[in-house]
Amino acid sequence: MAKAAIKQQKAEATEARLAGLTLPESGAWAREAREAALERVRSMGLPHRRDEYWKFTDPTSLTAEEPPQASVFETGEPPLFDGVDRLKVVFVDGVFDPEASDDLSLEGIEIERLSEAMAKDIHWVRDLYGKIEGASHEKVDRPLAAFNTAFATDGVVIRVTGKPSKPVSLVYLHKSERSDAILHHCVKVEEGAELTILENGPAAARFSKGLEVDVADTGAFHLVRAQGRDHERRAVTGTFARLGRESTFKTFTLTVNGVMTRNEAYVELTGDEAVCHIAGACLGDGRDFHHDATVFVTHDAVNCESRQVFKNVLRNGATGVFQGKILVKQGAQKTDGYQISQSLLLDDDSTFQAKPELEIYADDVACSHGSTSGAIDADALYYLRARGMAKAEAENLLTLAFVAEALEEIENEAYAEELRERLAGWLERRRDRAAG
Amino acid sequence: MTALDNVPKAQTPEVKEGVDEETVEAVRALSGKYKYGWETDVEMDYAPKGLSEDIVRLISAKNDEPEWMTEWRLQAYARWLKMEEPDWAMVEYPQIDFQDQYYYARPKSFETKPKSLDEVDPKLLETYNKLGIPLKEQEVLAGVEGAGEVATPEDNSTRAAGEAPDATEPRKVAVDAVFDSVSVGTTFQKELEKAGVIFCSISEAIREHPELVKKYLGSVVPQGDNFFAGLNSAVFSDGSFVYVPPGVRCPMELSTYFRINAENTGQFERTLIIADKGSYVSYLEGCTAPQRDTAQLHAAVVEIIAEEDAEVKYSTVQNWYPGDENGKGGIYNFVTKRADCRGDRAKVMWTQVETGSSVTWKYPSCILRGDDSQGEFYSIAITNNWQQADTGTKMIHLGKRTKSRIVSKGISAGHAQNTYRGLVSMHPKAKDSRNFTQCDSLLIGDKCGAHTVPYIEVKNNSSRVEHEATTSKVDEDQMFYCQQRGMDEEEAVALIVNGFAKEVLQALPMEFAMEAQQLVAISLEGSVG
Repeated sequence: MAKAAIKQQKAEATEARLAGLTLPESGAWAREAREAALERVRSMGLPHRRDEYWKFTDPTSLTAEEPPQASVFETGEPPLFDGVDRLKVVFVDGVFDPEASDDLSLEGIEIERLSEAMAKDIHWVRDLYGKIEGASHEKVDRPLAAFNTAFATDGVVIRVTGKPSKPVSLVYLHKSERSDAILHHCVKVEEGAELTILENGPAAARFSKGLEVDVADTGAFHLVRAQGRDHERRAVTGTFARLGRESTFKTFTLTVNGVMTRNEAYVELTGDEAVCHIAGACLGDGRDFHHDATVFVTHDAVNCESRQVFKNVLRNGATGVFQGKILVKQGAQKTDGYQISQSLLLDDDSTFQAKPELEIYADDVACSHGSTSGAIDADALYYLRARGMAKAEAENLLTLAFVAEALEEIENEAYAEELRERLAGWLERRRDRAAG
Repeated sequence: MTALDNVPKAQTPEVKEGVDEETVEAVRALSGKYKYGWETDVEMDYAPKGLSEDIVRLISAKNDEPEWMTEWRLQAYARWLKMEEPDWAMVEYPQIDFQDQYYYARPKSFETKPKSLDEVDPKLLETYNKLGIPLKEQEVLAGVEGAGEVATPEDNSTRAAGEAPDATEPRKVAVDAVFDSVSVGTTFQKELEKAGVIFCSISEAIREHPELVKKYLGSVVPQGDNFFAGLNSAVFSDGSFVYVPPGVRCPMELSTYFRINAENTGQFERTLIIADKGSYVSYLEGCTAPQRDTAQLHAAVVEIIAEEDAEVKYSTVQNWYPGDENGKGGIYNFVTKRADCRGDRAKVMWTQVETGSSVTWKYPSCILRGDDSQGEFYSIAITNNWQQADTGTKMIHLGKRTKSRIVSKGISAGHAQNTYRGLVSMHPKAKDSRNFTQCDSLLIGDKCGAHTVPYIEVKNNSSRVEHEATTSKVDEDQMFYCQQRGMDEEEAVALIVNGFAKEVLQALPMEFAMEAQQLVAISLEGSVG
């Protein structure tokens, strides 16, 4: 198809999709931010299968007017992070649930509902909402992120001024088979402040989430998330961060199940000596599993460090995708950039697709990336079996060892341990598809 | 350099010091000028500017082509008209006006065949001299009747430097030279014939061996493969053709020398190499063009077919005019090269040294169709000043137990942009296959860019794919070490870069390895300080 024809088709599809939508009610500045985001969606057009950035993932179900049905799945497991001392904020099918949530006051942070913040005439979040997302299109179009900014109906805005005693835990419950949730959170970490956010749950039949994080000089932000286990759920998430001098930003994402997941991360290192770690593990089981981790790290300051570590374990025809990029701008000298994406294919039906990119305009840098794909190492398996271990057990052990490298990216050992247990559970279920 | 290990010291140019001296000398001698930047004032026969069905027919008629070939070209032209110029590569150049080009230029002296060297246009002979082609080969290249039938070993004594001492026969290289649009002559044709090898211009092959051309032309790179390949299919004027029959090991290296001489002329050569069952051939390709202010277009297609147990080595030293230090002029090099390992255990090895062209768009690829077939890609791409290169490879694994190896070294200096773009694809049926990819980039100066865009697709679990890439700058310790021993900055950079690209240089045939090392130094001239 000719480029002009695709462009035309995209424009028409975008208008058709937008026709039935109205921007959510909000105050003057928020209205402006939403309209600007809507304009971005119009000028970029919603993603098309032929877009280079969607080469490995079909965006159709994410842009369709109606979300495909997704039945609610009972895992029988206790909810994640239940034992953690935390400030719990619960969303049910994308709507804040004050009954199930904790009181939103905690020393060191100010936390509000997005809709409340947006209704106010003056609010600090005005300088953040849609701003980092808006800047993220410089090299690549991310229309779904702009769509999220325009149409988000709920979310939280958090200003971190100190070092709160416990993490903020965002819990996303899924109760309706047709829910279409659009959440947008903003986090501003002030100088020297620190915050950890925990996220878990399937959220909705179709979930669009935007998270913008502005970390000031010497601030720190950690995110540990586990995307829910509902087989039929769909999710498109965007994490956007801007890092000041000597600040730290670390995220880890565990994805188990889900018919469609696209997790994008966009991080700008704008202050010298900033550190950014983005890690993830995905465990896919079955032909109906598609997971896509798309990461874009921009180095725009000197002496910064970035690290991307992604592990995929795929079986029964599952598909894993990794698109990672390190962009080093002119003048971003002494950059240390590292990126690894690895895939373990447990059978012959599964697929791994990767596009690990480097784009470098500064000479005094050390950047590297690696990507591997293959089956469980036959020698290692033989070694364990020769020592009397059953085949399945040996395979599980080697699989856990493979994923361990990504889990090591989580600083808090307690959280890492909880996720590790979930992994072990997933491995056990392998011969019992019915139990999921 | 294994070939040199068993050579007595005296005969060998000492690999380490010797080469460096040569490199240094070359740099000094050329003092920043493009060595091949002269133009030969040969009277040319041009087709009218622009592109149309008539021009396609004219090119076909000029080459005395049969009707089926004309039809094939017209079909390609019709397809090309519907195609769009690709824009995904990380290269920027002004819109090319495809109607503002000559699609056919031919030295006038070729209207009739000369009887001896005296009758050959002296300007053309001068060209060969400058290209460094030995005098006796010139006769053949100039198309003198009866020349090239007897090959005297002395002809090639100068090339024997890299030979192993136990080789009794000196090394021979058969050359096919393409001057603007026309193949001007092929050496050693008779001797090759004895072995059953066909090595001639593609226009001759179309006339003399239509059954082979019909069977294979466009079977690896179809007419509608991409915009530039489509254009080439319609207007290619000449190129080389090689057929190696079953079980034959081609007795000498085959070589093609391409040169664009005329202004505003696009060169569109087409190369077709067929290695039949169990055969072997090594093929070298070199290219130059004069210095010009305006950019010139080059869109070539190379197709390789390797049948069962066949092995083909294809080496390129691409040294088209890169434009001046302000980015003015230079060749736009849009090339489609692809090999089809059709038979089991077939093997194809691409080696390229890309130092020239202002814009390079080139991805020599392997389709590994036969079981146990192998593809290799070794590349050095050097960009300096305002050059842009977007180059890499595709390894498509279809057969079982297929293997591929990619080693790419990109060096970027000045304001240049250098991109590695590649694809490794393991299809579901390509069980137990293997790929290893290593892409390293070196940056010299803070105004240039080095990029890596690999695509990896794995659709079975018994195959292993490994990809590694690094980007760094010239090591300060190494620079200090070299300079402390009396080298100036530029010499030191040339030495270090040669070391960085060693793996690829070693994969080149000896004749090219020497030239390539010098080129590395020359290309980077003016990049430091």
